[in-house]
Amino acid sequence: MTSREKILAAVKKNQPELAPMAEYIQPERAEDLVAKFAIVLDGIGGKAVMVQRMEEIRQHLQEHWLGKGRIVSMVPELRDLGEQPSEVDPHQFENVELAILPAHFAVAENSAVWVTEELLQQRVLPFITQNLAVIVRRERLVATMHHAYELIGNGDYGFGTFIAGPSKTADIEQSLVLGAHGSKSMTVFLL
Amino acid sequence: MKNHAQLSQEFNANEPRVNWHDETLWWVRQKRDKAANTLPEWEQLREAASSIKYHTLSNLNDYLQQFEANAEQNGVTVHWAADAKEHNEIVHRILAAEGVNRIVKSKSMLTEECHLNPYLAEKGIDVIDTDLGERIVQLADEPPSHIVLPCIHKKKEEIGELFHEHLGTAKGEADPQVLTAAARVHLREKFLTRRAAITGVNFAIAETGEFVVCTNEGNADMGAHLADVHIACMGIEKLIPQRRHLSIYLRLLARSATGQPVTTYSSHFRRPRAGQQMHIVLVDNGRSTQLGREEFRNSLKCIRCGACMNTCPVYRRSGGHSYHTAIAGPIGAILAPNLDMKQYADLPFASTLCGSCSNVCPVKIDIHDQLYKWRQVLMKDGQGGAAKGLSMKAMNFTLSSPGVYRTAGKAGRWFLRNVPFVVNNPLNPWYKQRDMPEAPKQSFGEWYQQNRKK
Ligand code: SF4
Repeated sequence: MTSREKILAAVKKNQPELAPMAEYIQPERAEDLVAKFAIVLDGIGGKAVMVQRMEEIRQHLQEHWLGKGRIVSMVPELRDLGEQPSEVDPHQFENVELAILPAHFAVAENSAVWVTEELLQQRVLPFITQNLAVIVRRERLVATMHHAYELIGNGDYGFGTFIAGPSKTADIEQSLVLGAHGSKSMTVFLL
Repeated sequence: MKNHAQLSQEFNANEPRVNWHDETLWWVRQKRDKAANTLPEWEQLREAASSIKYHTLSNLNDYLQQFEANAEQNGVTVHWAADAKEHNEIVHRILAAEGVNRIVKSKSMLTEECHLNPYLAEKGIDVIDTDLGERIVQLADEPPSHIVLPCIHKKKEEIGELFHEHLGTAKGEADPQVLTAAARVHLREKFLTRRAAITGVNFAIAETGEFVVCTNEGNADMGAHLADVHIACMGIEKLIPQRRHLSIYLRLLARSATGQPVTTYSSHFRRPRAGQQMHIVLVDNGRSTQLGREEFRNSLKCIRCGACMNTCPVYRRSGGHSYHTAIAGPIGAILAPNLDMKQYADLPFASTLCGSCSNVCPVKIDIHDQLYKWRQVLMKDGQGGAAKGLSMKAMNFTLSSPGVYRTAGKAGRWFLRNVPFVVNNPLNPWYKQRDMPEAPKQSFGEWYQQNRKK
């Protein structure tokens, strides 16, 4: 008998009688999603910037990041701000100073943005970059994770991730330090 | 082999440190309370989380096969390990086949449970733990003392000393910001040069064959996305039926663990990257046995948030290492005797049964009830240990005989009133960490006798 068969047999023998599962229905939330998102993001070390037009994002990024180092831009309208990754080897992104990414949507209750491989091209990009800028459309803000998974549905992706703020650790005497391994800062533009 | 009482005595030798440990964890517990209180639906979420997990356990056989089929279809290789030994062998085989002898690992309590690091070291494979807290205890040559906060028992000065010795930071440097920056540079070099990465799994989804890894540092992602080979190790109880159920667990996990609204990264791995190999090792190691123990099977619902440890008055004052098992604290004290009743017989007794753990558990495990039940199982099995056995027997004798009970009470009160030093001395184990109460003038029995006729 293989281990697989052994485990499955033991599980089958020992599992209790089939139990129903209580479903959970998300109550409606009446709150200002944009305000909530900004407050929560601030609380976890990120920064929300409200803009009306893509042009404002360009200005903001030019002002803060141009000349500071290598920029990779995955936002079609802002391609000119940086390079588009053409390399296939993820190690080539080691020295990226800023990655500019679009997100599918964002969640107000925890200020996480949802990105998948198709937007990233390179899975490692949002982690290996020193700093991260993400663009989300305001109408793509949802209240909670329940709404988030409704949007994701049975979507197909090889890799997807929720990102909520800069990389952080509090392993040394519980002092919060931003920039553990991943991005040291995260700016989210709400368009 | 020292037991929990002896090991906590050692931890308790340094009183200021115990107080500091206690306060730090209580602070984390308070953050959890605040986060839980911001969600009016908190209790419904716990109920749903508990119920979905129970349903999954009741159908685990099917869900495991469904997960396996979907994962394989996604291009992931699935392995099955009956125990820790087989788990380690599988991991080693995968690495050996690729000729890899240096790897990065992100935090996984399962690999701790299986003692993977020493096993691989023996085979000549260099393992670097990449979660900062794990890296710190690894440098100190210690196991983690907490499942979410691995080096919570260490002072920043001690960490500074370790970094000075191993990473070349300045002598006496103890600033968390500076030390973290040094670790960032040190670990980046590892991420960039290692060809294989091991991660744990927080949730695996039967319906899609994907798995989710949650970190705040991003170390699991840095490792996995840069490596040619990604090995994900998971206990078979990590399954949930559908993707949408993640909403419930992701809302509960970080809030319960650290009070954050969600971990920084909640990464969903479904298919290997082009050119990459992805493996999943499904580990039993006693879980199917626990599933068959009706009274203890609920412990398999655990999502490893650590809330029960942060709230536990015993854990906070005795330190994680006193539990001498990979998973410390209340939940560890339920899981460990399942693996080895004899070796871990002391752990279910390391509890006040105050119930605080059960109150905070996001998946509503009846932790303190299970600890109580373990005590009964262990006593019946003759595993109570000599000391426990004797005092329990004495207590049983006293409590079951009214005459002896009254005399014992009287004697106790007399001693406390007239010669307190007989009781308040280190020979009386009850006096340790406690001041004995002042004795009442009269027992309840005597009071009742006098007053009932009035
Ligand atoms: S038993 Fe409950 S509280 Fe303790 S770690 Fe597991 S899920 Fe968290």
